[in-house]
This record gives sequence, C-alpha cells and structure tokens, in this order.
Amino acid sequence: MKNFSLSVKNLTRKPGRTAALALLTAFLALAVFGGSVVVLSLRKGLNSLEARLGADIILVPDQAQSKVSFQNLFLQGTTGAFYMDASVLEKALEVEGVEKAAPQTFLASLKADCCSIKIQVIGIDPEKDFTVQPWIERSLARALGDMDVAVGCKVEADVGEIIRIYERRCKVVARLEATGTGLDTAVYCSMNTMDQLLKAAEEKGVSHRMASGDDVISAVYIKVKDGYDIDNVNSRLNSRVRKATAVRTRSMITGVSDSLAGVSRTVTILIVAVWALAFVILLLAFAMIIRERSREFAVLRLLGASRGMLSRTVLQESALCGLLGGVTGVGLSALLLFPFAQLIESALQLPYLMPDMINIVWLGLGTVLLSVIVAALSSVIAAYRLSRVDPGNALREGN
Amino acid sequence: MTVKAENISKRYFRKTGGANHFYAMNDLNLTITSGEMTVLTGRSGSGKTTLLNILSGLLAPTEGRVWIDGTDLYSLDDKALSRLRNEKIGVIPQGRSAIDTLTVMENILLPAKLYGKPFPAEAASRWMERLGIAHLKDARPAELSGGELRRMAIVRALSNSPDILLADEPTDDLDDENTAMVLSAFRAAAHAGKAVLLVTHEKDALNYADQAYQMESGKIRPLSY
Ligand SMILES: Nc1ncnc2c1ncn2[C@@H]1O[C@H](COP(=O)(O)OP(=O)(O)O)[C@@H](O)[C@H]1O
Ligand SMILES: [Mg+2]
Repeated sequence: MKNFSLSVKNLTRKPGRTAALALLTAFLALAVFGGSVVVLSLRKGLNSLEARLGADIILVPDQAQSKVSFQNLFLQGTTGAFYMDASVLEKALEVEGVEKAAPQTFLASLKADCCSIKIQVIGIDPEKDFTVQPWIERSLARALGDMDVAVGCKVEADVGEIIRIYERRCKVVARLEATGTGLDTAVYCSMNTMDQLLKAAEEKGVSHRMASGDDVISAVYIKVKDGYDIDNVNSRLNSRVRKATAVRTRSMITGVSDSLAGVSRTVTILIVAVWALAFVILLLAFAMIIRERSREFAVLRLLGASRGMLSRTVLQESALCGLLGGVTGVGLSALLLFPFAQLIESALQLPYLMPDMINIVWLGLGTVLLSVIVAALSSVIAAYRLSRVDPGNALREGN
Repeated sequence: MTVKAENISKRYFRKTGGANHFYAMNDLNLTITSGEMTVLTGRSGSGKTTLLNILSGLLAPTEGRVWIDGTDLYSLDDKALSRLRNEKIGVIPQGRSAIDTLTVMENILLPAKLYGKPFPAEAASRWMERLGIAHLKDARPAELSGGELRRMAIVRALSNSPDILLADEPTDDLDDENTAMVLSAFRAAAHAGKAVLLVTHEKDALNYADQAYQMESGKIRPLSY
C-alpha cells in the first residue's frame, strides 16, 4: 500500500468524482445485498414452514376442505372454524402406512369484552404432536399445563401475563421463536385447555360442535411410514376415514416454493442487470477519467513513478471508491430492509424469516468485497492505459 | 557524472499530410557533465523538447543510445529507469506540471514521497523562499499564476537534489527579476556539481553558460558567444 495517502488525497480532494463512482458501486451493493437478504429470508421462511409442517398429509373435515387453504393456515394464521369427531384420529392410525398421527383443534377468540386479544388458538396433544411441539420445546422445557398457553412471537403478550379467552384466564408461559409464517400469530395450548375454551366459547354463543360427540378436533397431521408411497396412503385415508378429507401437504407447499422460485429469479435478474449496468457505467466513467487524468499521470512519470506504481494508484483509488460505495450500499439496504421487514413480508405474501445476524454480517462483508473487486476490475483498462501514457505527448497537449 | 547522447535519431509518425513519418532528430551527439551548465537554444519545432525527453528517459530514441555514466538508459526496464529518473534526474517540463489535488508543498515533496524517501523539507523551504513562493506552500495549483507554477516546478526539481537537471524553457513566463534569480540558481546548482541542461530563448542565459548549442531541424552546433 505504497503511496496510499496519495490515493486518499486524490479521492478526498475530488469529492464529486469520488462520490459519483462510489454511488455507482453503492447501487450495485444495494441490489446484491438487499436482493440476497430477501431471497435468503424467503428460503429460511420456507424451510421453517416445512419444518413446522413436518407432516405429509393433513386430514380435515369434508366440509372444511375448501376453507383449509394453505394460505389461511400458514400465512395469515387464520385457521377457520371446522370440527370433526375425535375418533377420526383412531381411524387414521389404523390405516396402513400411517406412522404418526396428531390432532389439532382450532378456535378463534373474539374481538370483544370476553377476550383480551383477537387471536387464533390451536390446541395440540403434546404427547402425539410432532409438528408444533418440537418448536414449543425450544422455548419451554416442560409440557403445557392446564390453562397454560405458549404464544407466537407476533402475539402481543409477555411471559407471565394473563390473557382472557372467552372469560377464561390463560397464563402465558412461553414466547416461541419466529417462524416467519402465520404460526407466529397464534396461541398454543394443550387439548385439555382447549376443551375448556371450547366450552367457554359455547357459553358465549360461539357454536362449533358439529352434531354429535363431545370430543372434537379440527385436523389430524399425519406422517407416513418410510417406504410407503404418500399418494397411496393419501387415497387409502380418503377411502377409509369417513367424513374427512386427506390433503397432501406437498400440494399446499408447492405453491409457495413456486412463488419463491419466481421471486428468486426476479431478484437474480435484477442483480445481474444492475451488475452489468454498473459495470458498463463504471467502464465509461473510468474511460473518461483516462483523458482527464493523462496529464497528471504524465507528471508522475516525469517525477519517476514507474508504470506499475501508476496502475496500482488507479486500482487503489477505484478499490477505495468500491469500498466506500460497498459500505454505503450495504448500509443503505440494511436501513431499508430491517425496519421494513414486516412490509416486505406482507407485500410478498410468502413466509419470510430474516437470516441469522452472523450470516447477514458475512453477506454484508461479501458484498463489500464484491464491490471492491468490481470497481477495481472496471478500472483495469484505465489503469493500463494511464500507466502507458506518453509523458512527452501528454505534457505537450493542453498547455 | 556525464550524460552522453550518442548518435541519436528520432522518428515521429505524422497524423496527417505528406509522408507518414519524419525525423525530428538525426544522428545527434551531445555530452553534458557535472559542474557544467549547458544552454541549448533554437527555434520552436527544432527538436529541443524531443531531445530533453530522450535524455530524461521519457522517450526512447529510434536509434542511438543515452549513457548516464556507464549505464545505457534505455537498456533498463521500466522500474529501474523510473527509479533512476526519480533519484538522479530533475526534469522541469514545458507548461504546467502540477498535480491539482496536492498543495504546492505536497507537489514539491512528491518525488520523495513516491519512493518513501525522507522529505527534503528544509531544501524545499529554502528554494521556495529564494524563488519567492514561500507564502504559497499550502495553496492549490489552481490558485497559482503561470509564473508561480513554473517556479514551483523549478523548486521541485532543485529540492530533490538530482545529479542532472533538465529544464525546458523554465523562464518562459517569468519576469526579468525572477528570470535572473532562476538562472543564478541553475548556475549555483552547476557549481554544486550538478550537470545542468537549460533549454531557453533567454539571451541572458548565455552569460551563465559553460557551453552553448544552437538547435536547428534536429541538429545541434556549438554556439560561440
Ligand atoms: N509526438 C509527436 N508526434 C509527431 N510529431 C511530433 C511529436 N512531438 C514533436 N513532434 C514534432 O517534432 C518536431 C520537434 O518538436 P519539439 O521537440 O517539441 O520542438 P521544440 O521543443 O524545439 O519546439 C516538431 O516539428 C513537432 O511538431
Ligand atoms: Mg519545446
């Protein structure tokens, strides 16, 4: 880094030129960093969704099939109100190829006096559940007790707080990690608690019982045994279990992965376009600088600077511009991405979960490095030409 | 120390008109020595600047050699030649030769800065004082007049104590008083053991010279004075 301070002086004393070059690389960095964070967030959202889903097949009441859209269940967190007899669970377990089956029961609280917040309540069987329970266990060491609830990260209630649901007092015992999905807006309780809440809701005139039976559930999550074809098990369930419809979760999730692929593609195209554009503009900018600065470089030659020193100076200066631009761009997109994550999430209508901080830091560093390399690369021609400037001619011109 | 130009020819390519090339210099011989001041005069376009560029290692001759003591200048690679120019040759070119982003003082110390050598700050101050630009040391070149810029270039060449001084019409835009000052500075440099080559139209310069030449169409002949 010989003559480093010379490069710095050249940059600071030509602030306009420096700012223009840095701004160009800033755009590049903004697109690369911002785009990558969005794509990574979507990917992480999808992964988290798949992990939460964990099930191959979901059994829902016949009449609920149209209502239980994936969109509702996992993106908006509105589960809907549909119920079936709890015996469906036993029947499902008898079907060949079913490894695990876990019931869930949905209930929506009201925005009314009886409830402190309007929320989706999901009752689970901690013993059997393999979709939500592992997630709850990460925040709560013990099982959910009577009238205990665990809340998703977007529910406005703190641990220790009491929330009222249909006049019943429930204690918040855990806040769950973010999943980036609609699950974050729900509240989870045990089946016992759910029974009491269902009764309380009925007292308030919210009907949910289908016809007969005391024991109701809303859905059964099914895991298929290894070696069994999921489609086959799915049709077996549909024919053996009456009044319920089996839906493959894959069919719910493909929509999401398709949109995710679409967004990824758009972002990639955007990044490539910005990249190409910035590179071309930088090339032009540096080509202009060749003319502007040939006299300056002729003087440096005259004073004994070697060709190598001259090209290093050019590369150093453009790399510094790239560094400045890269940091600015990353900073700028961080300013846009983090405060507006909610907005992006609701605009995209896809599961969205910010990558871990450490990954973001690495991504930021990588982007800055890329900016430096691109800036330096686009000045290679200028560096070569300027180092070959004919001092005699350059000093003769424009006297 | 001697600088010896041996059978120098220089062919230039013309951009327009006539034959596509011509010789600006043909079979030229010239020796300049430490302790001596050589003055070269001649009409515009006669090839003086071309010769100076060839002597300073900036322009390779088409034929012939330039020797600095035992070293064939153009047999060196760019790195070695650049270093040699930085250390041994002080060039004062025609026209402006300031780096606009640096102050006057930074411009003057630039040759030392390029190779991380100790700054000749004291010599620089002394020469600036002597040539009357001391008050401009923190100014930017854009704020200076042509004459002040020229003196800056002279101070730059002198302060970095080269063995060889090559000056191309250095008194062009100077008034009589400054011209006399610059000429006596060159004279003093020659006395101090430097080899000085001064290209000038200034008749007075001949009074300071140890040897003088006239250049005409790329040839030189001794000038009696
Ligand atoms: N790079 C060049 N290409 C073509 N012709 C040149 C070039 N440099 C100088 N010349 C020509 O060579 C001749 C000598 O130029 P120069 O050495 O600048 O003379 P002087 O310094 O005595 O005025 C002139 O005719 C000039 O036009
Ligand atoms: Mg000339």
